[in-house]
Amino acid sequence: MDFATLIQILDSTVRLATPLLFACLAGLFSERAGIFDIGLEGKMLAAAFLSAAAAAVTGSVWLGVGAGIFASLMLSGIHGLASITFRGNQLISGVAINFLASGLTVLLGQTWFGLGGRTPPLTGDARFGPITLPFADALAPVPFIGPIYAELISGHSALVYLAIACVPASAWILYRTRFGLRLRAVGENPAAVDTAGVSVNGIRFAAVAICGVLCGLAGAYLALGLAAGFGKEMTAGRGYIALAALIFAKWRPWYALGATMLFGFLEAVGNRFPNIDLGLFVLPSQFMQALPYVLTVVILAGFIGKAVPPRAGGQPYVKER
Amino acid sequence: MTAMPKWADAVLVPLISLLIAFVISGLVIFAIGEDPIAAMKLMVSGALGSTYGWGYTLYYATNFIFTGLAVSIAFQAGLFNIGGEGQASIGGLGVALCCLYIPWPHWSLALMGAVVAAAVFGAAWAAIPAYLQAKRGSHIVITTIMFNFIASAVLVYVLVNVLRPTGSMDSSSARFDEVMHLPSLHDVLALVGIPFNNRNPANISLVIALVACVGVWILMWRTRLGYQLRAFGKSEKASVYAGINPVRITMYAMLLSGGLAGMMAVNTVMGEGQRLILNSVEGAGFIGIAVALMGRSHPVGVLLAAILFGFLYQGGAELALWTKIPRELIVVIQALVILFTGALDDMVRRPVERVFVMLQKGKT
Amino acid sequence: MTDTGHTGRQETAAPTDLPLAIELRGISKSFGSVQANKDISIKVAKGSIHGIIGENGAGKSTLMSILYGFYKADAGEIYIAGRLTPIPDSQSAIRAGIGMVFQHFKLVQNFTVLENVILGAEGGAMLRKAMAKARETLAALARDYELDVDPDAVVEDLSVGHQQRVEILKALYRQADILILDEPTGVLTPAEADQLFRILNGLRDQGKTVILITHKLREIMEITDTVSVMRRGQMTATVKTRDTSPEELAELMVGRKVLLAVEKQAAAPGAMVLEVENLRVRDEAGVERLKGISLTIRAGEILGIAGVAGNGQSELLEALAGIARGTGTVRLNGVEIALTASADGQSRRARGIAHVPEDRQHLGLIMDFTAWENVAFGYHHAPEYQHGLILMNNDAIRADTVSKMERYDVRPPIPTLAAKSFSGGNQQKIVVAREMDRNPDLLLVGQPTRGVDIGAIEFIHKQIVALRDTGKAVLLVSVELDEIMSLSDRIAVMFDGQIMGERDPATTNERELGLLMAGVAE
Repeated sequence: MDFATLIQILDSTVRLATPLLFACLAGLFSERAGIFDIGLEGKMLAAAFLSAAAAAVTGSVWLGVGAGIFASLMLSGIHGLASITFRGNQLISGVAINFLASGLTVLLGQTWFGLGGRTPPLTGDARFGPITLPFADALAPVPFIGPIYAELISGHSALVYLAIACVPASAWILYRTRFGLRLRAVGENPAAVDTAGVSVNGIRFAAVAICGVLCGLAGAYLALGLAAGFGKEMTAGRGYIALAALIFAKWRPWYALGATMLFGFLEAVGNRFPNIDLGLFVLPSQFMQALPYVLTVVILAGFIGKAVPPRAGGQPYVKER
Repeated sequence: MTAMPKWADAVLVPLISLLIAFVISGLVIFAIGEDPIAAMKLMVSGALGSTYGWGYTLYYATNFIFTGLAVSIAFQAGLFNIGGEGQASIGGLGVALCCLYIPWPHWSLALMGAVVAAAVFGAAWAAIPAYLQAKRGSHIVITTIMFNFIASAVLVYVLVNVLRPTGSMDSSSARFDEVMHLPSLHDVLALVGIPFNNRNPANISLVIALVACVGVWILMWRTRLGYQLRAFGKSEKASVYAGINPVRITMYAMLLSGGLAGMMAVNTVMGEGQRLILNSVEGAGFIGIAVALMGRSHPVGVLLAAILFGFLYQGGAELALWTKIPRELIVVIQALVILFTGALDDMVRRPVERVFVMLQKGKT
Repeated sequence: MTDTGHTGRQETAAPTDLPLAIELRGISKSFGSVQANKDISIKVAKGSIHGIIGENGAGKSTLMSILYGFYKADAGEIYIAGRLTPIPDSQSAIRAGIGMVFQHFKLVQNFTVLENVILGAEGGAMLRKAMAKARETLAALARDYELDVDPDAVVEDLSVGHQQRVEILKALYRQADILILDEPTGVLTPAEADQLFRILNGLRDQGKTVILITHKLREIMEITDTVSVMRRGQMTATVKTRDTSPEELAELMVGRKVLLAVEKQAAAPGAMVLEVENLRVRDEAGVERLKGISLTIRAGEILGIAGVAGNGQSELLEALAGIARGTGTVRLNGVEIALTASADGQSRRARGIAHVPEDRQHLGLIMDFTAWENVAFGYHHAPEYQHGLILMNNDAIRADTVSKMERYDVRPPIPTLAAKSFSGGNQQKIVVAREMDRNPDLLLVGQPTRGVDIGAIEFIHKQIVALRDTGKAVLLVSVELDEIMSLSDRIAVMFDGQIMGERDPATTNERELGLLMAGVAE
């Protein structure tokens, strides 16, 4: 593998990791507040669909992003209603949300556009274009640093930079602000927050809403940045990979960056080299596809460090008698 | 607080949930510019108006009985097996290997072999997440989700690289030998003199599914193992006090669950396809969740809910054929059923409970 | 049972010349059909320590949860410092200057002390300034009230006593003038409890008002100025502590003269039944909870284990009952028992060990199961309950349940009723019936009368003594010293996973046992 190929793979890693990063941080806020969310996939899918639909109709990429966030927030609202207000099973609610998104996107897409669930292809201002960072062209010819800066760091769409900026922002919110302190406490011991006179449900709804916004961005990036429009089931399990990355990251923002980059890299390598010849035997492409899931199982099994989820995760908060 | 009689909890609440789900689905149909009443009529006539329609309805229902029972057994033991999809597709692999590589002399023997192979393969696929949950505390929901994806990768690999006949462009296995053709429901019913359409995929696997319902009922409410499973599902701590081994019970529950999910493949791979194709499970593993929730994890409820979903699937296919409503409507209905009977159960239950409390107060 | 009525004694204990910190008027609260508080009125003077005493389930905690805004009263008014103050939520309670130390601490285990203290009272959207301010305040509070805790320590690394201090600090940091403590000594050693009482006295001397909820008469007599007695959701009396006696309080608590002394003959110990040598148990975190226990029990003998909760008594029961693994030697009737198997309850039962667990709701019963399913619980392998190889004979179990319910006076005697629908005492009788009716060689009993009404207590005590009299061995664990004193033939005291010493109930006294419970050996 030469240097140019490596740069290309890394470049594609960043792009493929972006939706995962958004979704992973989304899950992080939700789960740190004690609300398990296996509905990341559905929220991304709904967001991808509505953002593509809105962008196709209005021709504006930012209206598309707004519509995507709206779609995701609606599903977050259902999840909040089920798991916070009515103390339902968070896992089952997540499953329902995934199906709801899966069915509704095709149903509405077919009704609105008649393209078998797809949205019309997006062009021009309805899509995210690359942003060229300052001096990228000037630096490009410089050996080694040039390609890294001009191709790997520069030339991504706005949402990629936003996703990366979300990492320090999330860490700052979680560890440096009052809201973050309360959010983490609610995920560990909601009774402590309640007796301190703070609304557990309020904090949890806020966390679920943040999760919705971030999932919306993830979906919007999929449809408006990575692809040019919505296609049936276009998330293709990315919500679950994000969930896997979250466990990999042990529910921490900076680790989330690392985990999603790793999974993005695996996907990029798999795309570039479908079958990897190791000399003795050939690694089939399916191996690369399954690798994130296998790695997550290994992590979950505690063979490489133990991933301890937030203690109150998955349990609705009921005042003790 | 427990003013609600048992029947209300077991029947009334799920029915109200179902009604809400249907009403919302009707609104969705209305919103996309179609007539919900006409759609309902079309679904009923398409799925239940002829023995042809019934054939498809029962074919789908057979799948959902197996996956619904699979999810139910795990629920009863306090485990959420979301991996029915993967277990069923690996079960399909078992059926295919059994039918392709063993020269069965008669379909009946092949059927028995296939049932065993499907159950063993499905159970094996559930065994690893079960072991990790029991021994290492890895959350079974996450591991079974991961195993769904791993199963799909394994299946693609096996179909493309191993089972695909040389020269074929299709990623599917070779056809099974003609000997292994299972009797259709038409054949079975003809024995007792009931005329039934013969151009549908319903087959003798339905009988196995019904036997499985009875078997699960006996298991859960009449055997020691079932007693221990249910006790474990209610309270792990108390079960340990009673000398019920958590590792063993988790393994048993998941092996049974995975085995049942795998057995679904007998219906699809052997009964219908006569070869293994990609994605023969078609989401039935997930529908099992809706069926189990709707059926309150009881075999009778599962049977009825499975027929309901069979009806929805066949009716949905008819809708897609004759109207502009896509098949995905069924996925929406399924989502709503899971939402209302599962996650929003409390929302439906609380008002019903209040009504019963009021009724009681009225009496005294 | 004779009910003396809630107007049994109604002196106004708070002298009128002192300003009132709290006054409750006519507080009522029901949970479903259970009336937890019924028309309760109290006055508490500022700068005093007021005790609220009552049995488990008398409604003390509910009342205080209402005062703290955790529950909403159905009726009644709350006056703070003479002003009508509605307390719809905890935030209002905090604003009104009320702080609460719950029986089960409300701390975030993996947060530092500082983070726990400021949670909910950060005083700004950013943490940095709040942390700095809290650090100073904590240092000042530590000086004023003997409340030293390392502000940067992670809570889960702290001892129970120190975690309780963090709870008190939380309240004081919110400038509470009224501090409510719910059963604060249940988890403390006597020495830690003494220290807590010194802190509480210090708080009173600085003008704070303290409300102490407890069911221990000794604590009330030792530290309070005034005391209110609760029984079955009602306030039966409010008196000055110096004008009353433990005997009078006990009578007010239960509504009649308390007969805690159980009538029994002298023990006639027979052959050795249980021999335990050097038993050690580690918990999941790897901490050694039993540090080499050795004890023996003979046939026809009750060995009582006294001690503050959490000193290894639970682990002792669990190791012997096959719930927890351990190392060492345990012999039953001279035959050694393997301690390495997990969830070994089946083989223990087969060997003749029965176990009435400490926590019937989470261990002894499956609350959603019917009574008959619970009667088979743990004995689901018993031959008479089987029907062929794998089927259970449900009819036989139901018939057996009917017979047990009759003989053990379980009410209502309906085998198909779910366990959760029975009262605490009747639930316990189901467990007792199941475990004792098989005539075990060794009965392990933990907190047999916790949360059980007086009538059931007497019944259960009699059953335990009767079992002893038929020549069986009994290991009794209880945190109620009175229960240990009245039932046991010998008393062993546990502290920190060890047995501090053994005493004869006829010659020992509470003071001596208390010293042993505190870890002070002779």
